[in-house]
Amino acid sequence: MSKFKKRKKGIPAVNTAALPDIVFMLLFFFMVTTTMRETSLQIDTPVLPSATEVKKLEHKSLVSTIYIGKAKDTKYGIGYNKIQLNDKIASADQVPAFIINARTKVAENEIPFMTTSIKADKQSSVGTIIDIRLKLRDVNALKVSYSTNTGSDIK
Amino acid sequence: MARRETPEINAGSMADIAFLLLIFFLVTTTMNVDSGISKKLSEKPPADYVPPVIKERNIFEVNINRNNELLVEGERMDVKEIKDAAVKFIDNGGGEGKLVDGVSTGPCDYCKGEKSTTSSDHPNKAIISVQSDRGTEYGTYIIVQNELLRAYTELRNRLCEERYNMSFTELEKLYKDDINNLELKKKVEDIKTAYPQIISDAEPTSAN
Repeated sequence: MSKFKKRKKGIPAVNTAALPDIVFMLLFFFMVTTTMRETSLQIDTPVLPSATEVKKLEHKSLVSTIYIGKAKDTKYGIGYNKIQLNDKIASADQVPAFIINARTKVAENEIPFMTTSIKADKQSSVGTIIDIRLKLRDVNALKVSYSTNTGSDIK
Repeated sequence: MARRETPEINAGSMADIAFLLLIFFLVTTTMNVDSGISKKLSEKPPADYVPPVIKERNIFEVNINRNNELLVEGERMDVKEIKDAAVKFIDNGGGEGKLVDGVSTGPCDYCKGEKSTTSSDHPNKAIISVQSDRGTEYGTYIIVQNELLRAYTELRNRLCEERYNMSFTELEKLYKDDINNLELKKKVEDIKTAYPQIISDAEPTSAN
């Protein structure tokens, strides 16, 4: 019996002095990598379609995002074809103004590299996308990226 | 009078504070790298623009109706089959290539298709036209676009493997890491001109 007693006594406390260091390290990592969401979504987070032939979007400052999906607030109506620009639900007619506004924020020589990322829900209809595409063409914003997840949707 | 040692500051709650901040940043951080199918829109044509006449055999027509069903070259098709059909069409090589600076690029010597007279002349003449209905689901549209891109990737990879002993995907990656390498650039351009991606979106049919 005495053997057991001895062992119990012998367990040393785990040294937690380095714990703050570890936590701080993680903290700094997340502080550096974090990017705050600039816009709050007025639509339900779109369920993106999946594709395999995807390209990564680089230069975040040159990307303007258009969301398409179902409005959270039912006063805008139901259906998966609501367009969100900045913080507001808008219509396709407001897309040129949105793009021109985005252009004022970047240097002139970078304007041709600006990309419009369309984050649309799987269930949205192509008509909405086409409306937006025509508007984009009007203001000569020709680089478009259809945001998708990586993977395959084909079963 | 000698001072007593200054008492140590209790740092026990330091970890708690750090944890609190850590959790805050963990929650607010978004790590998603935006990726997607990139596309270059065509420029707005001038008002008096007359579209060039394109031979029927050089157009691969894909129709998607509002029930998300596919009609490819007049036949109903499943999404799974569309890639192979597109490969067959692009790689047919049944005629002369398009004119570059007034000189014909000649017949396609790297094509492995059937050289049929009813399918495309040359990869650089082969146009894939996707027409969808306004009511088509976006998901289906993207799947079709993706399958068509896969067809191109397959052909490019094959050709690149033959010419440079590596897949086009690898070559592009190498080029991206070394953007000033002219030799790599030439190779990428070479493959890209051999199989240019020509996917056009036709005016949609109306749902109403």
